[in-house]
This record gives sequence, C-alpha cells and structure tokens, in this order.
Amino acid sequence: MSDIPKDLSYTKTHEWIGNDGDGTITVGITDYAQSSLGDLVFVELPETGTKVGAGDGVAVVESVKAASDIYAPVDGEIAEINEQLADSPELVNEDPFGQGWLFKMAIDDETALGELLDADAYKGVVDDAED
Amino acid sequence: MPFIPHTDDDIQAMLEAIGVSTIDDLFDEIDPSLRNVSLAGIPEGAGEQAITRLMHERANLDAAGLNFIGAGAYEHHVPAAVWELATRGEFYSAYTPYQPEASQGTLQLVYEYQTMMCGLTGMDVANASLYDGASALAEAVLMAVRANRKSKSKRVLMPAGVHPFYREVAHNICANQGIDFQPVEYDPATGTVDQAGLARWAGEDVTALVIPQPNFFGGLEDVDALTDWAHANGALAIGVVNPVSLAVLSEPGGWGSGDGADIVVGEGQPLGAPLANGGPYFGILCCRRAHVRQMPGRVVGRTQDMEGRDGYVLTLQPREQHIRRSKATSNICTNQGLLVTAATIHMSLIGPEGLAAVATTSMARTAALAERLTGIEGVERVFDGPFFHECVLRLPADADAVLAALAERDIFGGLALAGFYPELDNAVLVCATETRTEGDIEAYGQALTEVLARMPDAARASVA
Repeated sequence: MSDIPKDLSYTKTHEWIGNDGDGTITVGITDYAQSSLGDLVFVELPETGTKVGAGDGVAVVESVKAASDIYAPVDGEIAEINEQLADSPELVNEDPFGQGWLFKMAIDDETALGELLDADAYKGVVDDAED
Repeated sequence: MPFIPHTDDDIQAMLEAIGVSTIDDLFDEIDPSLRNVSLAGIPEGAGEQAITRLMHERANLDAAGLNFIGAGAYEHHVPAAVWELATRGEFYSAYTPYQPEASQGTLQLVYEYQTMMCGLTGMDVANASLYDGASALAEAVLMAVRANRKSKSKRVLMPAGVHPFYREVAHNICANQGIDFQPVEYDPATGTVDQAGLARWAGEDVTALVIPQPNFFGGLEDVDALTDWAHANGALAIGVVNPVSLAVLSEPGGWGSGDGADIVVGEGQPLGAPLANGGPYFGILCCRRAHVRQMPGRVVGRTQDMEGRDGYVLTLQPREQHIRRSKATSNICTNQGLLVTAATIHMSLIGPEGLAAVATTSMARTAALAERLTGIEGVERVFDGPFFHECVLRLPADADAVLAALAERDIFGGLALAGFYPELDNAVLVCATETRTEGDIEAYGQALTEVLARMPDAARASVA
C-alpha cells in the first residue's frame, strides 16, 4: 500500500506538490512512482532559472530498467534543485516525500494549484493503475 | 538456435492467420514505384562459378600498386593472428551482448577494449564503439551540447583542419538539431588552427571546440593551448585523434593545464582493420567521468558473482533505445563488435611498445618521403612545423594529372587537396606508414621525377 500524505497535491503523472506558502512549490515523485520504477540510479534535474510550462518534461529519473520524464505541474520558473540527488539518487527511493524532493518552482499563478489532485483523487489514480 | 527457412506451407499458414492472401498484400501501403525489384549496377543472379570469377577480377583491381594515400585510412601491418582469432565462430557469430550469461567472452573482450582505450587516451571512460570516426565526432558534438549546460548557444567551433568528411558527417547529423557549426580557418604558414581566427570567439558563448590531433594535413596542433582556450571560454574540448599517434604524442587526458580534453573520438581502423575499399571501420569515443551520463553507446563493467568469480555485464547504457525509448539520444551507436574484437586482439599482440614502434617508424618514413620528394625540382612542403605520418606537398604541375600518371605506374601518390581546399591548388597529401620501405620511397621519387619531366607544357603552365 503506497503512502499518500494528505497535505500534498498530486498529478496524474505521479508528481507530488508541496505548497511552500511563499509563492514557491516543492516537487517530487510519489511513493507509488518510486516503488514502481525500482532502484533509481540517476536523476537528471533542470537548470535553475529555466522557465517552464505545465506539462513540460523538466527532469528525468533513471532506474536500472527505464528512464522516465518528470513533468512541471504548473507554469513557473525553476527556483532550486536538490543537489544531493547527483550523488545519492537513492534518496528518492528511501524518502520520496522528504529528502528525495526533486526541485522547487516559483509559480506564476497560485490559482493553478487548485486544479491539482488531492490525496483522495490521486489514490483513485493509483488504484486504477494497480487494477 | 538454427535458422530454418519457412516452407511454402508455413508462409501460406501465416498469411491465412493474418487474413491476407499474398506477401505482396503486406506491402500494399507502399507505392509500387518505391519497391525495388532490381537495383542499378546489380546484375541478375549468377552461378557460383561465375560469381567466383567476377570476385577474383574485382579483387585483382585492388591488388596492384604502392599506396601513399592516408587521409583518414591507413595501411598498417596487421599480424595474421588478429583476423585468424577474430573470425573464430565464438566472436564472429556473436550478436550485441545483451545477455551476460550467454556472452561472457564478448563482454570481457569489450571490457578489455575499453580499458586499452582509456589507457591510450588518458580518459576515464570508453564506450564500446560507434559506426566510424566521422559519426563518432557527430555523437561527440551532440554529447557536448547536452553536457555543457552552461552554454546556451549550441555553437561548436570546427577547425578547417578537421577531416573534410568528418566535418560533413557531423554537419549532416547535427545541423538540423539546432547546432551552430562555425569554421575556424587554418594558418596558411603552418596548416594548424589560426590563433587569430580562434581569438575572434573569445568571450562569446561557445559550447565546444573540436581539436584535431594530428589534423587532416598531418600537422600537429598546439593541443595544450587549444584545450586551455576552450576551458577558459566555457567550452568543452573535443579531441579527434588517430589512435596510433597516441603511442608517441601526449594523451588527450593530459592536454592543457587542467583536466585534459572532455571528449575524445577517433577512427579505429588503424588498429587492425585492413584497407577494404572504405570499410567497415569503427568509431572510438572516450570521455571524462563527469560526462559519462551523456555518452552514447554502452559500457561494460566487471563485477563478481555470489561465489566471488569475475563476471562482465553491460553496466551503463542510459542513452540507448531499450532504456530511453523515443527519447534515446544515441543516433548511431552501431556496435562494430567484430572490428573492436580485431582491434583488441591487435593491441594485445603488438603491445604499447609495438604501437609506439609503428608510430615512430611511420613518422620516420613520412619524413624520409618528404625529404626525397622535396629534393625534386619544384616540389616543396606547403606548411612548416612538425607532422605525424602525413604531410602536404605542392607539385610543379597539375596534381590530378600527376597522380593519374603515377597511378599508371602502379603508384598511388597521395590525395589531391584542391577539391577540399580550393586554395591548395596542385597540393597533395602524402602518407607513408611502417609498411612503406626505403625502396618504395625511392620508387616513388623516381616515378615522380619522370612523370614531372614528361608533363606536357600545358599542365606545367598551370603553376604560377
């Protein structure tokens, strides 16, 4: 059973989004996503300062079997990346909602966050995927 | 698993299963004019005897003649054991080794090849071959653009002294991917990268600088200065090298005052592959560890199994299609496995000392050739400065006419350069490897003397 924290928002493509409350958000991949991918061996993160649109592929996580895109959940600018992942991609497996965060974004429009999935809706996505 | 051709009944059963009546129905989406039933220049089928005779006739066309042409493909001695071993069934029939449990021998060989290449270039990582040297350069350019994330321009400086075919291939593969190739002229006195032409780009956003060593004219570049220039200007340094030359020249991993070149590519043909009408060859690609994630192709690693025995596995292949699907970034990473096998055996047989002997003898023979030929009235070297095993000579007559006359005497006297560099009128690029004896060089000298003496006035008059 995957862990799905109630205080975060989600996308159908398995990113989680934490609202930092200061116009920035933190983005990572969910517990379900990391366990489906298996052991991650590399995380390719975007450059800070890059302008991105909702749905743009901005990062790539590589497991031993596959490389998967990570998409920007809303419009904005990459504000910070998790430098630790360059040497320790396994943090995403070990602590996907904590030390395994991927990047932070300064968002253009706070109301866009309202269109993301809440924990219950995302649970539905995971349940469908597991069927 | 044996290959068993389908019988007519098998084919009929398969066609029925998918609901069509003939094989042609499978291709009915393709316009009939595009379907090749006969190919130009390829005759109808012939019997074995006729084919054997034809092949002998064709082979004889290659047999005669003393070769003094290099220009990217070099005639070196290949010990008989190299291909005797490389064509053993265990190597000859092996496909790309995805399954380590079935391919330990091939994987070990690739691992040893990578190790030798890292030793030769002084780089951290080598992949397991690309299609050829020219496409390896194209891959290196794409790799540099991905790896140099600080640079936004995708601008790659390409000296005129890089092999013209390499420049063309790199352009064809990369130009439509938004890569901005900018030429850097050569210094007319030395034939090496023009420092003033390079200085024009100082302070600009440059993604990578390509550094040929030796360059197409056989000349030796100041690789330390070029590598430092690249790094001082935020660019990656891509070395294009002849692997044989590395036995005597400084290794790219040590170029400049910092960490050396970033990516090194080259043509593997001089390491055990014969001249065979242009192929098959293989491409070398090595890089620093920091760029390994952007490297195309595969890396084989050594590990141990649970009982402590050595084992070999494909360790890194993040850019390949079976990992990346549609986002694969290797364009051409054809594994020229058999040629890599031959090169590995070749290098292990002749060893570092043997390779150095090949390199120094080739240099000495080319120096002797240049000295003999420039002793002929009107023949002179075009560029000053040191050269590896090729150099450019200007003839006192039309180069194409002279080369044609030499060819009639079974001497392939070099490559006329005017077709690639119009300003190098009447210039030829000549090469002598360790396979050219003093007698061969003397034969060339005498033939050239006679040919020039008999050149009609019209041909000689073209020389200003």
